[in-house]
Amino acid sequence: MANKSNVAFFWALFSAGGVVSAFLLPVHVFLFGLAFPLGWIASPSHESLLALLQSPVTRIYLLVLCVLSLFHWAHRFRYTLYDGAQMKHLNEVIVVLTYGGATLGSVVAIYLLLNVG
Amino acid sequence: MTERSAYTEFRPKWYRARVSTYWWLSQWSYTKFILRELSSVFVGYFIVITLLQVRALTLGASSYAELQLWLGNPLVILLNTVGFLFLLLHTITWFNLTPRAIVLRLGGKRVPDILIIAPNYVAWVVISGVLAWVIVGS
Repeated sequence: MANKSNVAFFWALFSAGGVVSAFLLPVHVFLFGLAFPLGWIASPSHESLLALLQSPVTRIYLLVLCVLSLFHWAHRFRYTLYDGAQMKHLNEVIVVLTYGGATLGSVVAIYLLLNVG
Repeated sequence: MTERSAYTEFRPKWYRARVSTYWWLSQWSYTKFILRELSSVFVGYFIVITLLQVRALTLGASSYAELQLWLGNPLVILLNTVGFLFLLLHTITWFNLTPRAIVLRLGGKRVPDILIIAPNYVAWVVISGVLAWVIVGS
C-alpha cells in the first residue's frame, strides 16, 4: 500500500480535494457553524433544507465535496504526522488510518446521500 | 540501495542530530507550515459535521433540531470558530501557492503571480455568494 507507484494518485486526490475544500467549505462553515447558530442570519427550515438535499444536483455536489476533501485530509495529515510529529516509523499504521479513514468516510457519505429519501 | 551498509571503522555510522518533536516552534515560518498542514484536520472535521447534517435532515425535523441545538453550544461555536479560521488559512495559502503550480507564459514573458492568484479570490467570492444564496434562500 502507498508505495512509490501510487503516490501520484493520492497526490492528485489531495490536490483536487484542496481546491474543492478551499473554494467551497468556508461558506458552508460560516453559515451552518456560525451565522445560523448565532442568529446572524435566519436558519432555513428543516423542510426547505431537506428539499434542497433531495435534489440530485445537491447530492452529487456533496458527494464530490466530501470524498475529495476526505482524501485531502488523509494525504496532508499523513505527511503532517511524518514531518511534524516525526512518526515515519509508524508508516503502516498511519497509512491505514488516514487513507482507510477517508475510504470509510466516503462509503458512509455514499450511503447517507443515497438514503436521503 | 538494497544492502544495509555495514558499520566498520572505515565506514562510520551516519551522524544524525536528534530533532525535537517541537522543532516547528523554533521559527515562525516552520510554525506557519505546520498550522497550514493542520488545517486538513478541520477540513476532515467539517466533512464529518456535513455528513451528520445530511443524516439529521434525513432522520427528520426533531433530529435536525437536536443537531442545531448542539451546533449552538458555546463550546462547539468556539471549536467551529477556530476551525473556520483554519479553513481560511487553508484557502488563502492554497490560492497563494497557485503560481507555483501554474506557470503561464504570454509573449515569452511569465505572467506575474498576482494575475494567477487574483482570479482565485474573485471565483471564491462568486462561488460563496451563489452557495449562500442557494442555502439561505432555500
